[in-house]
Amino acid sequence: MTDRLKKILLGEQGLVVIFVVAFALVSLLVPNFLTDRNMLGLLQSVVTVGIVACTMMFCLAARDFDLSVGSIVAFAGMVAVMASNTTGSILLGLIAAIACGAVVGWVNGVVIAKFRINALITTLATMQIVRGFALISSDGRAVGINSPDFYQLALSKLLGIPTPIWVLAVLFAIFGFVLNSTVFGKNTLAIGGNPEASRLAGVNVDRTRIWIFTLQGVVCGIAGILLASRITSGQPNAAVGLELSVISACVLGGVSLAGGRATMSGVIVGVLIMGIAENAMNLLNIPAFYQYIVRGVILLLAVLLDNLRSSALGRR
Amino acid sequence: MSFLEFSNITKTYPGVRALSDVSFGVERGAVHGLMGENGAGKSTLIKILSGDQHADAGAISIDGRVQAYGSTRNAFDNGVIVIHQELQLVPELTVAENLSLGRFPASVGVIARRRMLDDVGAKLKSAGIDIDMRRKVKTLSIGERQMVEIAKAVMLDARVIALDEPTSSLSSRESEILFALIDRLRGEGKVILYVSHRLDEVFRLCDSLTVLRDGKLAAHHASLEDVTRDQVVAEMVGREISDIWGFRPRKTGEVRLKVDNLSGARLRIPASFEARAGEIVGLFGLIGAGRSELMRLVFGADPCSGGTIVVDGEIVAAASPHDAIRAGIVLCSEDRKHDGIIQGRSIEENINISSRRHHTRFGVLNRASEIATAETFIKKLKVRTPSRRQDIINLSGGNQQKVILGRWLSEQGVRVLIVDEPTRGIDVGAKSEIYELLYQLAEDGMAIVVVSSELPEVMGICDRILVMCGGRISAELARDQFAEKAILAAALPDKKTPDAIAS
Repeated sequence: MTDRLKKILLGEQGLVVIFVVAFALVSLLVPNFLTDRNMLGLLQSVVTVGIVACTMMFCLAARDFDLSVGSIVAFAGMVAVMASNTTGSILLGLIAAIACGAVVGWVNGVVIAKFRINALITTLATMQIVRGFALISSDGRAVGINSPDFYQLALSKLLGIPTPIWVLAVLFAIFGFVLNSTVFGKNTLAIGGNPEASRLAGVNVDRTRIWIFTLQGVVCGIAGILLASRITSGQPNAAVGLELSVISACVLGGVSLAGGRATMSGVIVGVLIMGIAENAMNLLNIPAFYQYIVRGVILLLAVLLDNLRSSALGRR
Repeated sequence: MSFLEFSNITKTYPGVRALSDVSFGVERGAVHGLMGENGAGKSTLIKILSGDQHADAGAISIDGRVQAYGSTRNAFDNGVIVIHQELQLVPELTVAENLSLGRFPASVGVIARRRMLDDVGAKLKSAGIDIDMRRKVKTLSIGERQMVEIAKAVMLDARVIALDEPTSSLSSRESEILFALIDRLRGEGKVILYVSHRLDEVFRLCDSLTVLRDGKLAAHHASLEDVTRDQVVAEMVGREISDIWGFRPRKTGEVRLKVDNLSGARLRIPASFEARAGEIVGLFGLIGAGRSELMRLVFGADPCSGGTIVVDGEIVAAASPHDAIRAGIVLCSEDRKHDGIIQGRSIEENINISSRRHHTRFGVLNRASEIATAETFIKKLKVRTPSRRQDIINLSGGNQQKVILGRWLSEQGVRVLIVDEPTRGIDVGAKSEIYELLYQLAEDGMAIVVVSSELPEVMGICDRILVMCGGRISAELARDQFAEKAILAAALPDKKTPDAIAS
C-alpha cells in the first residue's frame, strides 16, 4: 500500500496527482473557491508569474538562473507606457517594450555564455541595473496611461475569458511545444544534463544559452505590458521579488535546479499550486504575514519531494 | 611478515576485475616500486591502501596489525599518507598554514602564529625541506608544492607514504630534490610505495619492486640487483595475444585525414600525421603523453593555435565540434561520463542529439525518424536495454559506449572517426563487438583513429601505430613492424624530454 502510494507520488505524474488532490480538497473545504468568478480571478493573479515561468523553465533546464526578470517586467512596463504616451501609438509602445526586454535578455545571455560569468552574479547585477533604468526613466514616479485603448489589453475578453489569460494559455502551448518538439528545446535539456558532452556532440551551447536569455527578456516584456495595462500605469517598483515567485513555481513544478529536467505540464501545475494557495488563503482571510510562512513551507516541501523523486529515479 | 603487507587483495568493479589475489610485502626503510601498464591495477591498490576504496577480499596489515579502516581519515590516523597526482593543498593559505591545517596550535580559537611557525619550521628543517613557509601555496611551483605535500606526510609522522607518479609534472632538477628527500625518509625507516611509469627512476630509487598486470601480481622482486630493464618491461607487457581482436586486413585508399603541424595551448609541439580511407591508425602513449589533447584539437574541442587539418583534400576550419562534425570528423571521448553521455536523458535523445538536424524542418523534430534512428542503432549495435526511453545513466559502460557510437554512426557523411580509449572499463564480450564494428566502418571507407593506452589493443586492431611521448609523436610503425618492446620504449619518457605538456 505505502509502496504503491510512493510510486504514484514519486512517479512522473506525481505532481499532477498532488495538484488534483489539493484542488479537490480546497474546492470542498474553502467556501466560494469553486466559482466562475474566483477561478478567473485566480488565473488572472497568476498571469505574470505564469508567463515568466515559461522561459524561466528553459533557463533552469539549461542549468542557468535569471534573477533579473522582476526588473525587466517593471522596466518593460515603463517603456510600454511612456513610449505609447509619447508616440501616441500603442503598437509602437508594445514593440519598444518587447525590444527592450529582448536587449536586456540578450546582454544577460552574451555575458553569461561568452564571458563565462556565473548566471547568478550576472543577473543579480542586471537586476539592479535595469531596476535603476526603470526608476530613472520617470524619476521614480508612476506614469499613467493616456490612451484608454491600452487598458483594453487587460480588460478585454474573448469568449468570456480575459485576454491576459488567453495570452498565458497561448504561451504555455507555444513553450510546451518548443521544449518537447524542437531542436532548441532538446538542446536546452541536453545542455542542462551535461554541458560539455553537449558541446562535444555538436550542440552550439553558447548560442543556445544566448537565445534562452533573449527569449526570457521577450517574455518579460510581454508580462510587463500586461501588468502595466492591468494596473493602468507604468510602475518602476512593480514586480519586486517576482524572480523568487517564478523560480519557486518552476521548482514546485519539478524543474531541476541541477538542469536537464523540466516539463511544461509540471510548470503549469507549479504556477497553479502557488496561485491556489494564495487564493485560498485570501478567501479564508488569513493575514498576509502568515501567507509568507505558508508559501515558504510549500516551497520547502516541494524541494524535499523533488529530492526524494531524484533518488527514487536514481535507484531504478 | 613484512612491515607493510598486502594479502590476497581482490577488487571487482562492475564488469572488470581490477585486482585479483594480490599479495606482497614491503620492509621498513625501503622504497618499493609499483609498476604496470595503465589499467593494471596500481591506482586501485593505492586507493585501497588510502581507504578511498574497499577491497572485496584480502587485508592490509602494518607492523603486524590488520588495518580495518573504512575511510581515508582512518588510514591517515594509522600513519598512511597517499600523495596523489593532483595535489591537495589550499592555494590561498601559506605553507605553514597548509601544514597545520586541522591541527592549528591555538588558544581560545586564536591561532598561535609564533608556535605554528616554530613547529612547522622545526619539522621542515629536520626533513631537510627548504621552502619559505610564509609564502602562499599558490605562489609555489608544482615541484615546491609536491615538497609541501611530502612535508605534510613528515608532519604527521607517517609510517607509510605512497607516491603516485610524483615526477609526472616535475622538472629534472625538481625531481632530484624529491629523490634526495625520499632517500632521507628511507633512512628514517619509513615505508615508501613509489608508483611510476619511468623505469630509470624506479631503478635509481627503489630497493624492491612489484609489477602488476591485468590486476594480478606479475612479478615481485625483493631486490633489484639482478633484474634488468628488459625483464621488467617484459613482465609489464608479457601476455600472449589471444585472438579477441579478430583482425581483418583491408585495402586502404586515398589519404582522408591529413593533420599538419597542429598545436594548441595544451600541446605545444606541433604534431603531424595522416590517416587513409579504410585505415585504422592506433595512437599509443602513456597517460599525459598528449594523445587526447591532439585528438581534441583535430575535433575542435580545444582551440588550436597553429597548423591545418585537411579532410579529403579540403582544409577544415574546425573552430568547434559543431564545425568538425559538419566536416565529417567525429570523436568518442575518453571520459564517457564527463564528455560523452547526457545524463538524465534517454538513449533515444542521446543518439539523436547531433544527427537530428538532417531530419528537422524549421527546428521542429521529426519524431518518427528519431524513433526509427534510435531503434535502428539499438539493434545494429546490440545495445542491451529494455527500451529506447531508458535513461542512459542506467546502462553499463559498454552499452553507453555503443550509444555514443550510435550517435556518430547515425550522422551522415562521417569520414573520420576518432575513438579515445574505446574499450576502457568494458568487458571482453562488448570489446570484440566494438572491434568488429570498427573493422566494418573501415571497410566502408572511414579513416579511423584509435587512441589507447592498452598496447595489446592497438597492436591487435590497428594497421599502423603512432606513438606519443612527452607531447610529440615519437615513433610510427606499420603492422609488420609491430613489436611490444619497440613501442613501449618509444612511449616511456626519458629525462631529456622537455616538459612539453603544460600542467
